[in-house]
Amino acid sequence: MTVPAFELRDVEYRYQGVIALAGLSLVIPQGKRVVLLGANGSGKSTLLRLLDALYFPAAGQVLAFGEALDARRMANEDACFAFRRRVGFVFQNPDMQLFNASVFDELAFGPLQLHWPAERIRQQVETTLESMGLAHLRNRAPHRLSGGEKKRVALASVLILDPEVLLLDEPTASLDPESESQLIDTLIDWGGGAKTIVMATHDLDIVEDVADICVVMQQGRVIAQGTPGEILGDEELLGRTGLIHAHRHRHSHSGGAAHRHHHLHHGTRSTMPGATSKLVWRPLPRRKPEDA
Amino acid sequence: MSEQSFLDHSHQRGFLECQIGSLLAALEHASRAERLAQAPGLLQRFDPRVRLIAMLVLIGLVVSTHSLTTLYGLLAAAALMAFVSRVPLTILARGIWLNVLLFTGALALPAIFLVPGDSVFHVPLLGWAMTMQGLESAAFLVGRALTAATFAGLTILATPWPHLLKALRTLGVPAVMVVILCMTYRYIFLLLQSALDMFEARRSRQVGRLTGAEKRHMLVANAGVLLSKSLHLADEVYLAMQSRGYRGEQHALLEFRMAPLDWTALAVLLAITSVAFRFQAWGLG
Ligand SMILES: Nc1ncnc2c1ncn2[C@@H]1O[C@H](COP(=O)(O)OP(=O)(O)O)[C@@H](O)[C@H]1O
Ligand SMILES: [Mg+2]
Repeated sequence: MTVPAFELRDVEYRYQGVIALAGLSLVIPQGKRVVLLGANGSGKSTLLRLLDALYFPAAGQVLAFGEALDARRMANEDACFAFRRRVGFVFQNPDMQLFNASVFDELAFGPLQLHWPAERIRQQVETTLESMGLAHLRNRAPHRLSGGEKKRVALASVLILDPEVLLLDEPTASLDPESESQLIDTLIDWGGGAKTIVMATHDLDIVEDVADICVVMQQGRVIAQGTPGEILGDEELLGRTGLIHAHRHRHSHSGGAAHRHHHLHHGTRSTMPGATSKLVWRPLPRRKPEDA
Repeated sequence: MSEQSFLDHSHQRGFLECQIGSLLAALEHASRAERLAQAPGLLQRFDPRVRLIAMLVLIGLVVSTHSLTTLYGLLAAAALMAFVSRVPLTILARGIWLNVLLFTGALALPAIFLVPGDSVFHVPLLGWAMTMQGLESAAFLVGRALTAATFAGLTILATPWPHLLKALRTLGVPAVMVVILCMTYRYIFLLLQSALDMFEARRSRQVGRLTGAEKRHMLVANAGVLLSKSLHLADEVYLAMQSRGYRGEQHALLEFRMAPLDWTALAVLLAITSVAFRFQAWGLG
């Protein structure tokens, strides 16, 4: 049994005294896709920032790959680079994440910080631009792109390092259904399904397609955990945590064109670990009804 | 309030908003000066370190020279450099010269009359005397400001921001200073953007016209919110940079290498400097 990607023990975090995480414990196994569910303010973003070693807990412990993740470890340059190389974070607001003058520079930023040789950086940027369908935007200013394009650039700028773990904060928020569908497909295909993904969201529509494990958060604690089937089937739990509204129902299959449901049609989940980690951007196969 | 006046109102931008808007546009332009920085011009072909050194030396010369010929010769050289570097003169004129002239002109104007000396012209009616010495000191004031600003502006326009920061580092400026510079730049941008957002949000839901004084009052009253909001944004940007391995060192995808052209540029720079000093020693100009 391999060590978990992350293990949190009674973690507490405060913003200037205001408690955001209150004794949170959680294990994130390697190679699993974990979805963090919770209403606004339940602590999802804070948790992700702790996992990315941007914040450190006031109390309790965070372990990454079996080792304590604390300020001391991150102060060491080699350990810090090793961690940054293994864990990538896609922020909720791409405007915050995109600060370079061009899409090309944006993708090159991470590899440059990690001291990759220049030739390798140029090559990798080109490959990633190509596979993410961004090649035509190479010289554009990132903050001038559309919402969906920004998100894709933000994702590409993290995936270029080929991390083992990908943290995503509400990746589908403010995306149109088409961009959302493309994003989900990229995530499912990424690394042949062998990578660890931790994604915060309150969009229940994407959970079933993406998640192996669902974690429900409320007021800075984990209050439930299970398979997507178990969690999504528990209407009482979802209602109590503010994830569904009384008169909403999931999966209405009536709509043809406006159908927003994703399907796991390529069986990527069972792909062997160690399969090629090449990422592929498929230019949108429009789903046919018989897929369902 | 009538529909008409509401529409009317929503189209109108106050003085403050225009100021913030144009500052933002200037910064925006600076951040996209990339296109100029990538233009196939002469200045763009020099090593960024050479550009920085040349800028500092030339500005030093501008500030210390006592010769008007040297001063305006350097200004002409700067304009020529802009031309061969494909930096449009309109950008220099509107972005730099106009502002400098307005600002230093206001300072220089009184000097024309106040500096004692041989009078060359009497203003009719007022009877004020323009003096030769007054004109000269005004010419120095304006010329120095114009020329120095042109050299600085040219260097910044022709050099991509990351290269400029990296050049500063390699010239021995401490990493901390470079980080501060880098973050200040982003911070100002975010601050201005949030100020503009605030005005726009207000405008979309306010009734009635705000006077200039009311707007200033609003800006001051919201300064705290504005500051903490943009601080928060800057924080977020910094976190995002850290997340991708940023540790305070500026890296750019470019190896600085001195080419023959760069050595030539340094030689020319040396020649200009020594000629200027010789000139001064001879008491010419
Ligand atoms: N920068 C901050 N300063 C102060 N309080 C914050 C800050 N960020 C988040 N919080 C508070 O921490 C709690 C958890 O927030 P967050 O992790 O952003 O939740 P979520 O991502 O689930 O919406 C909330 O009560 C929020 O108000
Ligand atoms: Mg959040």
